[in-house]
Amino acid sequence: MDNLVEIRDLTITFAHSVDVVTGLDLDIPAGKTLCLVGESGCGKSVTAKAILQVIDHPGRVSGGAINLRQANGAVLDIAATKPTSPVMRHVRGADIAMIHQEPMSFLSPLYTIGNQISEALTLHRKMSEKEARAEGIRMLEQVGMPDPERRYDSYTFQLSGGQRQRAMIAMALINQPRLLIADEPTTALDVTTQANILDLLAQLQRDSGMAVLFITHDLGVVAEIADEVAVMYLGKIVERGPVKEVLEHPRHPYTRGLLASMPRLDGDFKAPLKAIPGMVPPPALRPTGCSFHPRCEWAVAGFCNMISVLETELGNDHMVACHAYGPQAAKIDKHATRTPAAVAPAERRAESMEPLLSVRDLHKHFPIRSGFFQRQTGAVRAVNDISLDIYPGETLGLVGESGCGKSTLGQTIVGLHRADGGAIRFADGEHEPADLLTARGATAKRLRTDIRMIFQDPTGSLNPRMRVRDIIGEVLQVNSRFSAGEIEAKVQALLSKVGLSPDYAERYPHAFSGGQRQRIAIARALASDPRLVIADEAVSALDVSVQTQIINMMKSLQAEMGLTYLFVSHDLGVIANISDRVAVMYAGRIVEIGSTEAIFRNPRHPYTEALLAAIPGRGVSKPRDRIRLGGHVPDPSQQLVGCSFADRCQYAQPACRAVMPPLEGTADHRFACIRADELRLRTVTGQPELVGA
Amino acid sequence: MGSFMLRRIIYVIPALIAVSLISFLVIAIPPGDFVTRTAELRAAQGDIMPIAEQDAMRRAYGLDLPIMVQYWNWITGVLTRGDFGYSFSFNLPVKDVIWPRLGLTVVLSVASLLFIWVVAIPIGIYSAVRRYSAGDYLATFLGFLGLAIPNFLLALAVMYVAFAWFGMNVGGLFSPEYLEAPWSWDRVLDLLNHLWLPMIVLGTAGTASVIRVIRANLMDELHKPYVTAARAKGKGEFGLLMKYPVRHALNPFVSGQNDIFVEIVSGGTIVAIVMGLQTTGPLLLDALRTQDMYMAASFILMLSVLVVIGTLLSDLLLAWLDPRIRYQQG
Repeated sequence: MDNLVEIRDLTITFAHSVDVVTGLDLDIPAGKTLCLVGESGCGKSVTAKAILQVIDHPGRVSGGAINLRQANGAVLDIAATKPTSPVMRHVRGADIAMIHQEPMSFLSPLYTIGNQISEALTLHRKMSEKEARAEGIRMLEQVGMPDPERRYDSYTFQLSGGQRQRAMIAMALINQPRLLIADEPTTALDVTTQANILDLLAQLQRDSGMAVLFITHDLGVVAEIADEVAVMYLGKIVERGPVKEVLEHPRHPYTRGLLASMPRLDGDFKAPLKAIPGMVPPPALRPTGCSFHPRCEWAVAGFCNMISVLETELGNDHMVACHAYGPQAAKIDKHATRTPAAVAPAERRAESMEPLLSVRDLHKHFPIRSGFFQRQTGAVRAVNDISLDIYPGETLGLVGESGCGKSTLGQTIVGLHRADGGAIRFADGEHEPADLLTARGATAKRLRTDIRMIFQDPTGSLNPRMRVRDIIGEVLQVNSRFSAGEIEAKVQALLSKVGLSPDYAERYPHAFSGGQRQRIAIARALASDPRLVIADEAVSALDVSVQTQIINMMKSLQAEMGLTYLFVSHDLGVIANISDRVAVMYAGRIVEIGSTEAIFRNPRHPYTEALLAAIPGRGVSKPRDRIRLGGHVPDPSQQLVGCSFADRCQYAQPACRAVMPPLEGTADHRFACIRADELRLRTVTGQPELVGA
Repeated sequence: MGSFMLRRIIYVIPALIAVSLISFLVIAIPPGDFVTRTAELRAAQGDIMPIAEQDAMRRAYGLDLPIMVQYWNWITGVLTRGDFGYSFSFNLPVKDVIWPRLGLTVVLSVASLLFIWVVAIPIGIYSAVRRYSAGDYLATFLGFLGLAIPNFLLALAVMYVAFAWFGMNVGGLFSPEYLEAPWSWDRVLDLLNHLWLPMIVLGTAGTASVIRVIRANLMDELHKPYVTAARAKGKGEFGLLMKYPVRHALNPFVSGQNDIFVEIVSGGTIVAIVMGLQTTGPLLLDALRTQDMYMAASFILMLSVLVVIGTLLSDLLLAWLDPRIRYQQG
């Protein structure tokens, strides 16, 4: 057979006999990359773990077969093998290896990465410590770890995110497995690092001829890396086929929904995204019939919710499990669409309008203390001389790799850090303009209700011991202008505004899903009728369809309440969709700022170009067309001379290192690059476009 | 690491100064002193001590000087000559009374600590790995029993059993014939023969709490992602358990060891009285009752020093175990 692994009728059961995966069939072809796609809660990871028999208690494989074709041609049914047996132990790590989403938690911080890499080797082959070390260093070199000799003895917390992921890849590949299972290996990484890791995995796959099972929720990544795609929903494969077929001619409404909820980077950035309504139900509440029917726009009552679906072959190896393609296809109208709730476009700012917030020469340095007396020996220049304006009613997107200071900027504006210099002027048109850094007393109090923040992690930012009513109403109680009745009414109104039932007010945060918690966090931010909301990676932790729901909601709230957003994100697709203007940050400075169109279609700074080039899945396949950033954001504790991006810039010249480029250009589009006028940079579509277009 | 260790060691100095000052003041400040106690005792026997004689006695012992001067004289003596002052009730230099007792206290405390580790660590690991099994319930039950029974009661029961059923010589740390004998191999054997009973009694409560700590921490670690990752490498279950989750679970255990040590040292007093142990506890109690101030202050000082050193050791051990501490606070 051509397949390395054939999974037949696999069932995985958790406690209380809940089937998380039911009757799954999946073939993993030898030497190819198969992507397994779906929202979280669909059973992707647990399927991958089943192949290695490492499902956590109380989960277990309760039926079906996982047939692995071994190197000697024999077939081993993994599902029938005892998880602790020597046979299974030999398969793990040697035949099939796995890399995971968060290298920080999947590698132990108590041992050096070298120890953990060579352990994988010595478990399967007899060799001396010295040989294992040499082999480990060679492997680190192969996965592109800088300075492998020294990094071999490093601990995980001494490495950057990308380096950790490289270490984990080295650990997985050191025994030359025939199947690599990659469980969301790039989800936690920056877009630039993600591009590098995807390139590395693709190259390693080509060189070694191993098969890869790549699990992801990001269809852009799929387009970048996959040969074949399998879309999974609630423990079943609903569509599968060659990558081109599935992405260009998606058949299943779920696949179509996933594709439609992805922010588009060609055409109109601001076109409203179509979210799949609702969310993945828990497996215990699996709907009858076709399990997707409650969220499906084609669903026919009395049919889709009654009769379970069969797989239909469409030719070209394209399989779909949907009634619309089955024997009863005539019953279903494939043109039925729910129109997405129209999002009224936000009022555009008038050119002459006074900015709501103007930041001038803002600095925030964190002291570094070291030595015996913990004296300040330096400073991390997290925010370095930043000036920008935010106009009423607009959304300013703030992008950059992690560590570039974008979160610190947001936190400094909202008052979580005390700035070391500069000014932040807030002028709402009703009150006297005030400086956030010097305001005291009543003014400071008013500013705190006018500028509010939404945090990235909706679990960590909601107090688990407080009811939703108190979480949302706290800011009103603190300001004590409101009676208990008024607060209650306001909380109810806010809950319905963010799409939650008003009687949720009595519940505690743990009763909600991630998306619902983020809605609560948004309601909390809006409770004091703020003028400016700072959203710090507010949708980054959410699944793509939930992310789209939240973005659409934030857009309609903006139109309805006249809000102004500062939207911090590392996801350029989201930024393109929600922002009117975009600021690109690098090493504590703004390197380019302008309208969304200008930034994406006419980037003038090489860093912007590189960020755009790193967005996965835009069809630029020729390696020479690729722009990849090596290294990472420079150590912000070093005082840099010249352009801070020069070390990673492919266009850098000696002059770049001599002088700090000023942020220049027109009022609508400014950039900090001394070579901006001579460079022809590529746009988001990968094509060089006319400068000044 | 060097800088970290050095800083930790230097932090100990102000702690020791504060400890010595406080332990002296606690003894010296309350009204009355050794002389008033003596006068009261004599008065109880019908022998009135004239004020002049009392004053003369105070002058002789230096008790009429201001407290800070007394402290200064005492602490400089301790530091420069190893002279801890004079015990009024023993009529001996404090150091002659204190060192043998302190030595035995350290031996007994360390033995109890080792007993706790040997018993509690394997049981704790077992309880966590086979959680909610019969063995886990049994260990949990015995653990709670150990926590709940007061040490002195356990001491009485164990002594009765050992004496009545096994005819053992119980009470004290030595058999009568070795009590005043000079150190010899036989005397050490005799000590070991007597040591295990108080060791078990003192260790029971600690064992119970260490089992709880290890069980709780290990249960948190058992399902961490790095365990799955190591299992997916093909590592065997036992090696996996020892190398990853157990090692991770040791951190909170190590930082808790100092508290247990303190408990053994200070909580041992009642047990020592019940079992007639020649440790510091009973002597300290006597010294406090008779207001034998140099004796009491010296004991409190030495015990506090033990605790401070114990804390230092557990900090250093923690740094040695956990590279995150080593590299991030260096």
